[in-house]
Parts: sequence; C-alpha cells; structure tokens
Amino acid sequence: MAEMMYWQAVQRAHDEELERDANVIILGEDVGLVGGTYKATSGLLDKYGAERVIDTPISENSFTGLGIGAAFMGVRPIIEIMSVNFAWLAMDQIMNNAAKVHYMSGGQLRVPAVFRIPGGTAHQLGAQHSARMEKVFMGVAGLRVVTPSTPKQAYGLLKSAVRSDDPVVIHEHENMYQFKGEVPDEEYLHPLEGSEVVREGTDVTLFGYNLSVHWCLQAADILSEEQRIEAQVVDLYSLSPLDREGIHKAVANTHNAVIVEEAEPVCGVGAEVMAIINEEAFFELDSAPIRVSAANVPMPFARNLELAALPDAKKIVAAVMAQRAAR
Amino acid sequence: MDTDARKLLLEKMLYARRFEERCFEAYMEREIGGFLHLYVGQEACVFGVMAAARAGEDAVITGYRDHVHGLAVGMDSKLMMAELFGKESGCCHGRGGSMHLFDLQKQFYGGYAIVGAPFALAIGLAKAIQLQKRDQIAICILGDAACNQGTFHESLNMAALWQLPVLFVCENNLYGIGTRIDRSTAVTELIERAKGCGVTGAQADGQDIEAVFEASKVAVEHVRSGQGPYFLELKTYRFRGHSMSDSNVYRDKSEEEQWAGRDPIQILKNRMLESQEITEEEYKSLDKEILDTIENEVVAFARQAPSPDVEDLEKYVLCDTDGDSEQGVNTNG
Ligand SMILES: Cc1ncc(C[n+]2csc(CCOP(=O)(O)OP(=O)(O)O)c2C)c(N)n1
Ligand SMILES: [Mg+2]
Repeated sequence: MAEMMYWQAVQRAHDEELERDANVIILGEDVGLVGGTYKATSGLLDKYGAERVIDTPISENSFTGLGIGAAFMGVRPIIEIMSVNFAWLAMDQIMNNAAKVHYMSGGQLRVPAVFRIPGGTAHQLGAQHSARMEKVFMGVAGLRVVTPSTPKQAYGLLKSAVRSDDPVVIHEHENMYQFKGEVPDEEYLHPLEGSEVVREGTDVTLFGYNLSVHWCLQAADILSEEQRIEAQVVDLYSLSPLDREGIHKAVANTHNAVIVEEAEPVCGVGAEVMAIINEEAFFELDSAPIRVSAANVPMPFARNLELAALPDAKKIVAAVMAQRAAR
Repeated sequence: MDTDARKLLLEKMLYARRFEERCFEAYMEREIGGFLHLYVGQEACVFGVMAAARAGEDAVITGYRDHVHGLAVGMDSKLMMAELFGKESGCCHGRGGSMHLFDLQKQFYGGYAIVGAPFALAIGLAKAIQLQKRDQIAICILGDAACNQGTFHESLNMAALWQLPVLFVCENNLYGIGTRIDRSTAVTELIERAKGCGVTGAQADGQDIEAVFEASKVAVEHVRSGQGPYFLELKTYRFRGHSMSDSNVYRDKSEEEQWAGRDPIQILKNRMLESQEITEEEYKSLDKEILDTIENEVVAFARQAPSPDVEDLEKYVLCDTDGDSEQGVNTNG
C-alpha cells in the first residue's frame, strides 16, 4: 500500500487502463497538453499520443456525443467534463443517447463510456462553477452513477467503470484532488455497486457520499468525544443503483438515520435515501430520518454566505442532537 | 449506369414507396402507434447514396425518418414492420419503434429523435473507425433543419480538425416541419455552411437517383481514401406531411405540384421506358409483386408476431439485465 493523492490515483487508473486496452481513449478540454485541470491526465499525451488522449474544442455536447458514438463500436472513452456545470451542455447526449440507446436498440448497442465530472463547491467560484448534479444523473434509468470518497475508490471505481459495458458517470470533487489515502500497490477493481461502512457505531447512521463522507466522519468523532454517541458512517459510493440492502442493514443496526448531501435538498440523494428507508426499513426506525443538505440557493460568492450554504460537521452534530431530542 | 443497376434501384425505390404507403394505412388502422414520419418523395436520396457506398458494411446513422434508410442498408422489412407494430419480433424487440430502428448486423446505428444529435454520434463512429483501422466509413444522414443545431457546427469542426472518415448527407427537403428553410436559415445553401467549418462537399439533385449516385461516388471515394469528411447536400422534397399529424397547410399548392412532377420513381421509370429498358407491363407486374410481398409476408408477419412480455419490461436497461441475450456484440469485452 502506498499513500497517494486523489489526483494521482485517478491518473494511475487512467495510465493503467490506457496501457491495458488499446480501445481506451480520453477526451476533454485540456486533458492532453495541459494534463488536465486537476492533473488527472498528466503525462498521458506523451505516452499514448494525440489519437488516444484528445484535447477537444469547447463543444461539450458534441465531444460527449463523439465518445458515445465511438463507444457503439467498442471504443471505451473516458470523457472528462471540466466542471459539472458544463455538463448541462452535454445533457442531451448523456441523457438521450448514453442512457437510452442500449434499451431502444433492444440490447444491440452498448455504451461503455465513462463520464468523469469534477464538481462541488470549491472556494468562492460562484454560482456557475459550484454545483452538484448527481441527483440529475441518478434520476434517469440506464446510467450508473458513482462518486468516490477516497483515492482508493477513485482509482478502483474508475478502472471498473472503464471495463463496464454500461455508461458510468463518476462525480469527483474539486476540493478532494489533494486528499491523501492508501491505494493498493497491485491492480484493484472496486465494485460499481454497493456501499461501505467506514465507521462502526450503534446509535445513529450517518449516510454520506464523496466529500460528505468526510464531514460525517468528523461529526462522528465529535459526537463520540462530546456526547458519547457512537455514529455509524456509511459511504454511498454508488448513487445509481443505490444499495437498498446496505441502507436497510444500517438502519436496522442503529434505528436512526441522517443523510448528508452537498446539494440542494429538493429531489436529491437525501430524499431518495429517505424513500428507500421508508420502503425497506420503516419499522426499524426510532426517529424520523433527517437530511443535512446545502441551502436551497444558487451558490453565493461571499465566503460567509458560501459556508452558510454548505453542510459541515457541526451542522451534522446539531442534526443528530435534534433528532434525539425529538424522539 | 447499366440496365440491371437501374432496374435494381427502381425496384428498391418502389418497394420503399409501397412500404411507406402501407405504414400509412396501418397507422390509420391503428396497428402502428406513436409518431410516424414517411419518406415518400425522397427515395432517390438514400438509395443513391447507398448504391455508391457499401450497404450493410459502412456505418449509417440518421434521424427519425428512418424506415427507408433501414431498407437501404439491407434490413429485413419484416422485422422492421414488426418493430413498427411494437412486437417482440421487431428489430429492437419493440423497445424502439418507428423513430428508433437499429440493426447492428447491418451496421445501422439507428434512428434518433433529437434533431441534430446524430452529427455528434457520427463523428464518434468515424473516430472509432479511424482508431480501430476498420475498413468502413461513417455516413450521417440528416435534414436541412438539423443544420441549425449547435451539434452541426461543433461536429463538422471536429470532423475537419481530425480528418475523420465521415460522409454527411443532408436531405434538404426545404422544410423543418412547417418552417421553410428561408424562414429559419440565413445561409440557405447549406453547403456553404459546411465549407465554413472546413468540410468540403457538393450539391446534387435529390430527385434523380443517377445524379445522386454519381455525386455519392465522388463523396464516398473522398472519405474512403482518407481525405477527411465530406458534405453532400441533396435537394429534395417530401410529398407528404412532416408526420401523420401534419396537414401541410404551410406549403404552397403550386410548390407541391411542381415537386410532384419530379417524383424520383417516375423520373427513373420514364428514363427506362424511353430507352426501352423496361415496359409498362413489366413495371406493373413488379409493382404487384411488391404489393403482394408487403401484404402477405411483411404485414402478415408483423400482425401475427407476439407482443413483448411485460415481465421483460426492465430488460436492456443495464447490460446485466439482458439475460442470455446474444446481442451487444459490438463491445470487445
Ligand atoms: C431537439 C429537437 N427539437 C425539436 C424537435 C421537433 N422536430 C422534429 S423534426 C423537426 C424538423 C426537422 O427537420 P429536418 O431536419 O429538415 O428533417 P425533415 O423532417 O425535414 O426530414 C423538428 C423541429 C426535435 N425532435 N428535436
Ligand atoms: Mg427538412
């Protein structure tokens, strides 16, 4: 096991998959010569050439469609969309083609494409460069949606996504590329479906994904130290499909659920997880599930407003205490 | 073009015409539902292009007016009609419908209902062909109004930039539903817009299949020989409404009559009558044979075919829902 940064883990997965399979290509804005906005494709243009590591024009909808069309013939494109906010311009190709063509063609065509999409609120980038869209992608049948919380997941999920015959959307976080973590030295494929208990606890389950897993872990430490409340933390790295069984098991273990999401609450991950709890584990509950979400606003610029709009460990602790008080 | 070649094209166009007319009837009888866009009047375009290309081997992608494109690449018209009837035996097991025909065996990458989207998919097919060194070209067939989508400019730019092996065929029938081209488009000679993106090309009379064929030979040769993308604009006209719900009120009767005099089937037939390559009797018996086949084999097949099993509703959503399907052979594991 070596410790590496999140961006290095993504870069390593890219490198290994390009090396392994001549059908793997990378395309996106500044992925080649520049090596990627977050260095996740650095060094790859030199190694694999411009035919496979492709700097595209700023034409999100069409270069995304290019990747999807190439995938029809067995090419395995990794399409980097520089920022999730720009993915709206590629929505037609992702939603109408990547998600639906396998179905519409009665199983004839497959779309083994990967969409790597950095997002989240970085630091005062304003409303058009700070957003999360996973709720949009997970709401449509035909796509897989994953969102790695650690370098190990970033590495293993990307490799599995490349090898999947389904289209996979990977949500990364602009503030996590410098995160450090252990990544196996040997090749490692992370399952695309499921969830992971990342902290044991019996009093309450905190559900998170991507960056919010880390907020949950901080909150769990505070709860343990200050309140003697032991929180279980579940990492929902697969948002589509969501791990219904894992969610059920966790709620059956602690009987209390808090879902933490870095996005506006409406029609989001929290809402969906609550619905699953309702359907699968209603009679296990000792308290009403609670969401800790971003405020229902476009992300503001002023730092104090930005912080106010985002969830954090303190807000999670407060939510857990409120949930217990209401019991 | 020799007599055999002409006869074959005449037969194909007539078959397509009768097929589309039979779809119209089936729609009126409610055996076909949903949207239905007929190709009547434009037959010379796709058959002319595919006579110059390698039908069934070159990769073809198109819009929603796709039945005859499927026929032109060699799809089985029984499976196509069954798809239109929403049957399990249809080419897409009833999951696609009229606007979404696919046949991977024939390298037919489908009909799409989002105007302009196939431009981008087509350059992807061309990219795969280039990368995998496949012995084929990509052919993208879309309408005039589709050229007002951003994907037209984005995709032609990339096609030219990377010299992708793709032939763009524009079936310019002068209308996008009810909007005539000069009411929607500042530069109405679409070839000029392609040139602006760095894509070379030509225009041809889309009603005369031999003119289409000659122009297509040049176009296909250009792309196949590695000289990059090509844009072929075919001037044509649809003789019916945009779709079944269209009353055609927006078109001048005189314009319609003028184009009716340029029926691609009549143009070829008259040429062959004149040169005594065919007789009126031969033509009539060919027509009758076609009508019989469509009724007794094609429609009969679609009618008796089973509907999809509701148990299989979620089949084909993700690949692991496919069951034992032998499909999806396009990926290399
Ligand atoms: C993105 C999108 N916008 C609008 C429509 C509705 N629509 C369907 S066909 C069409 C006209 C397209 O005309 P053209 O590209 O010339 O093809 P034609 O129907 O003439 O063959 C329109 C506006 C659509 N299907 N997709
Ligand atoms: Mg048109």
